Amino acid sequence: MSTLRAEQTEEAPLEDLDSFRERARTWIGANLRQVTMEELRWDRANVDEETELARIGREREIQRMLFDAGLAGICFPRAYGGQGLTPAHQRVLNEELVGYEYPRMLQVPTLSPCAAVILEFGTEEQKLRHLPAILKGEELWMQFLSEPSGGSDVAGALTTAVRDGDQWVLNGSKVWTTGAWWSDWGLCLARTNWDVPKHRGLTVFMLPIHQPAIEVHRIEMLNGSREFCQEFMTDVLVPDTDRVGAVDDGWSVGVRWMFHERMLHNSPFVTEAVGAKHSSMYAKVVHDMAVARGTLGDPTVRDLVGEARMLELVGDLLSQRVTESITTGRMSDQAAALVRLFKGSAQTRISTLAFDVSGSEGAAWDDDNVVLSAVNFLMRQAGSIGGGTTEMARNVISERVLNMPRERRLDKDVAFRDVPRGRPSQS
Amino acid sequence: MLVALSEDQAFFRETTARFLSEQAPPDAVRALRHDPTGFERDFWRRGAELGWTSLLVDEQHGGGSISGSGLVDLGLVAYEFGAHAAPGPLVATNVVAAALGAADTHRDVLATLMAGEAVATWCLPGIGAGPGRFETGFAVRREGETLIVRGEARPVEAAVQADHLLVTAEDSGGLSQLLVPAATPGVSVTPLCTVDLTRRYGAVRLDDVRVGPDALVGEAGHAGADVATQYLTTLALLNSESVGAMQSGFDMTVEWAFERYSFGRPLASYQALKHRFADMLSWLEASHAVADAACQAAAERSPEAEELASAAKAFIGQYGAELLQDCVQLHGGIGVTFEHDLHLYLRRLTVDRAMAGTPSEHRRHITGILDAGWGEAA
Ligand SMILES: Cc1cc2nc3c(=O)[nH]c(=O)nc-3n(C[C@H](O)[C@H](O)[C@H](O)COP(=O)(O)OP(=O)(O)OC[C@H]3O[C@@H](n4cnc5c(N)ncnc54)[C@H](O)[C@@H]3O)c2cc1C
Repeated sequence: MSTLRAEQTEEAPLEDLDSFRERARTWIGANLRQVTMEELRWDRANVDEETELARIGREREIQRMLFDAGLAGICFPRAYGGQGLTPAHQRVLNEELVGYEYPRMLQVPTLSPCAAVILEFGTEEQKLRHLPAILKGEELWMQFLSEPSGGSDVAGALTTAVRDGDQWVLNGSKVWTTGAWWSDWGLCLARTNWDVPKHRGLTVFMLPIHQPAIEVHRIEMLNGSREFCQEFMTDVLVPDTDRVGAVDDGWSVGVRWMFHERMLHNSPFVTEAVGAKHSSMYAKVVHDMAVARGTLGDPTVRDLVGEARMLELVGDLLSQRVTESITTGRMSDQAAALVRLFKGSAQTRISTLAFDVSGSEGAAWDDDNVVLSAVNFLMRQAGSIGGGTTEMARNVISERVLNMPRERRLDKDVAFRDVPRGRPSQS
Repeated sequence: MLVALSEDQAFFRETTARFLSEQAPPDAVRALRHDPTGFERDFWRRGAELGWTSLLVDEQHGGGSISGSGLVDLGLVAYEFGAHAAPGPLVATNVVAAALGAADTHRDVLATLMAGEAVATWCLPGIGAGPGRFETGFAVRREGETLIVRGEARPVEAAVQADHLLVTAEDSGGLSQLLVPAATPGVSVTPLCTVDLTRRYGAVRLDDVRVGPDALVGEAGHAGADVATQYLTTLALLNSESVGAMQSGFDMTVEWAFERYSFGRPLASYQALKHRFADMLSWLEASHAVADAACQAAAERSPEAEELASAAKAFIGQYGAELLQDCVQLHGGIGVTFEHDLHLYLRRLTVDRAMAGTPSEHRRHITGILDAGWGEAA
C-alpha cells in the first residue's frame, strides 16, 4: 500500500474522479463490446483448445487497447506504464465496465499477486522490463507456489535452486497452476538453502514457462476442465538478474505475496466489472433457473434465491469494509483473510442451494442452467481451496488477527532437511 | 459500525457508551427483569438530553443530527444499546418522532417525545411479499369528519408504556397513518411475554376507536412512502442494535477463551475452537459491513435501501444468532446461567431477529425485489 500513497503525493494533481469517469465511459462505449449474462457465464470446462486460445488472444488485445487508452494499471506508477491513480479511480473503472467485455483472465494471478509482487520487490530493471509488458497484455503470469508435497505449507517448497556462477539451476515440480499452458511467465518460490529453518532458505525467481527444461502437463478437474497444470522442472537455468528479493529472503516476499493473494479481486491492482449498485453473478443464475423450471412461486425456492443474493451482497460489503480498513490502518493486512474465508464459505453455500433449486433435474438434465449447477456442485470446494484454503484463512484470523496461541510446529528451529515429510500427492 | 467516524460522531457514541455503562450496567439490566415498564422514566429523560430522541427530527422542530445524517448517528446509539443490552424504547419512540417531524403535525406531542417525557410506538405492520408492500391489521372508515379505526397488531414494542400509538391503516385510497393517544376509549393493550429482560411488547387492539382528522399523520390514503421510510428506519436500528449485541458477546467470549484453561492450556490454543472464532469474526465483520451499508442507504433513501435492509436483517438475524449461540457453547455450563452476562446480548438479538420480519421472510422479500428487476416469467 505504501507505494500507492507515495505515488499520490508525488504526482499531483491527479485526474479528478468525474473527468476520469467521463473519459472511461466514452472510451468504453466507443471501443468495447457489450456482453450478455450468458456470455459471462461461459463454461470453461467444455471449450476446446482453439476456442480457449482465441479467448486469451482477444483478452490480450483488449488489454493492449486499454493500455493505449490510458486505462490499464490504474494503481501502477506511471514510470512502469501505469496511470499512477488511486483505488477510487480503479473502482470507477470497475463500475463503468459493467456489461462490457474486459480481460477477465488477465487479472488474477497476473496483475495480482504477480505484478503486485514485482512492483513491491522487483529491481528497477525488472519492473521496467515486466510491468509495462504485463499492462500491455504481452505477458501473462502464473504463480508457481504449490507443490505435490503441499500447498498450504507454502514455505515448505521442495523445488530447489542451486547457484552456478551468475545463474541458478532449478529442479522440482509445481502443481495446480491454472492456465499455465497458455501463460508466459512463472513467479516461482524455491528452496536455496536446506541447512537453515524452513522460512530462512527460500528465494523467489521469475522464469519463462515455455522452455525445453519445463514440461507442462495438463490435469483434468471434476468439471472436465483441463486448466489445471503441473510443471516438471529439470535443470531450468535462471539468470541471477531474474531473482526477486534477496537470496534466502524469499519469505519476506512470500508474506506479502500471500497478502496480495488473499485480497483476491478486491485488490486495487485488479480490474473487475462490479458496479456501485451491487451487481449479481450467482443470485441471477439461481433466479433464472427457478424461472426456467417454473418453481419461482415455491416459498422454499424463494427463500434460497434470496439467500444467494444476501450472501453475494454481504460478501461485497465485507470486502469493501476490510479493504477500507486495511488502507486506513484500522485493520492489519492479515484481515484480508476474513474476506477470503467469507467468500469461500459463501460460494460453497451458494453452489449447494443452486443445486437444490435445480431439483431432481440436477441428477439428469437437458437444460443448460442445470448442467452448470450440477457441475458447480461437484466443484463446490474449489473456491475454498484455490488461493489458499479456508482452513489456512481461519489459522491466520485466529492467530494473527485475534492473536490466539500459534499451533505447535515441528519445523521451527531445525534445518529444513530434518523436517519430517509425508508422501507427495499424486497426479 | 462505520469504519471512519468523524470526531463528533466518535465523541457522541462515546458519551452514550459511557452513560450506558454507568446507568445501565448488567446488574441494573437484570434488576429490571420484573419491572412492568422495563426502564426508568428518569433514565430515559436523561438519555433524551444526550440526543437519543431528536436525531431524526429536523432543526426546525428542535431536532438535529451530528453528522448531517441523523439515521447514521442514531445507528451509533442503537449499536450501543445492543452492546449494553440497554433498556428504553429507542426504536419505537424515534420512528414516531421522525414520522411526526416529517409530516409536520402534532408538534406538542413531538416536543414531549424529544424531551423524553412521553413515549410513543408504531404498531408495526408485517413485511409484505413484494417491494414496498406491507400488511397492516388496521382499517379506517369515516362518519362525517370522524375517523373510526379498527384492528389489531402484535407484537408492538413498548406498547404498554406508550402514551401515543402510531397506527397504519387501510383507507379507501391506500394507507393512512394516525396518531392515537393510548388513553382513547376503545384502545386496549395487552402485555405479552418475552425473553428480553427490559424490552416490553404488547398486543394493541383498536375497537372502533373514534378520532378527529387532526389525528392524521401525513396525507390520508397516501402514506405508502412514509410507511416504507419508517420500515427502513426500524430495520436499520434493529440491525445496528443486533450488531452491538454480537460484538459484546464475541468480545466477552474471546476474553474467556484466553482465560479459561482445559488440559493445561487455554481454550484459545485449540485449533478446533480457534477456527470457530475465525468464522465468528468473519460473520461479525460482515454484519458490521452490511448494517452500516443498510443504514447509510436508508438515510440517503437510495434505490438499493430496501434490498440492503432485508439483506442485513436476514444475515444478521441468522448469523448473529449462530454467533451468540456459539458463544454460549464455548462458555460451557456457565453460558446457560442467569448469573452470567452473555445471555443479555443473546436475549436482545433473539427479539430483534424475530421482530420486523424473520430472516426467512426477508430472504423471500429480497426475491420479491429481484422479481421486480429481473422478471418472474420464463
Ligand atoms: C481452482 C484452483 C486453482 C489453483 N491455482 C493455483 C495456482 O495458480 N498456483 C498455485 O501454486 N497453486 C494453485 N492452487 C493450489 C492451492 O493453492 C492449493 O491446493 C492449496 O493451497 C492447498 O494445498 P494442497 O492442495 O497441497 O493441500 P494441503 O496443504 O495438503 O491441505 C490438505 C487439507 O489440509 C488442510 N490443512 C493443511 N494444513 C493445515 C493446517 N496447518 N491447519 C489446518 N488445516 C490444514 C487444508 O486446509 C486442506 O483442507 C489452486 C487450487 C485450486 C483448487
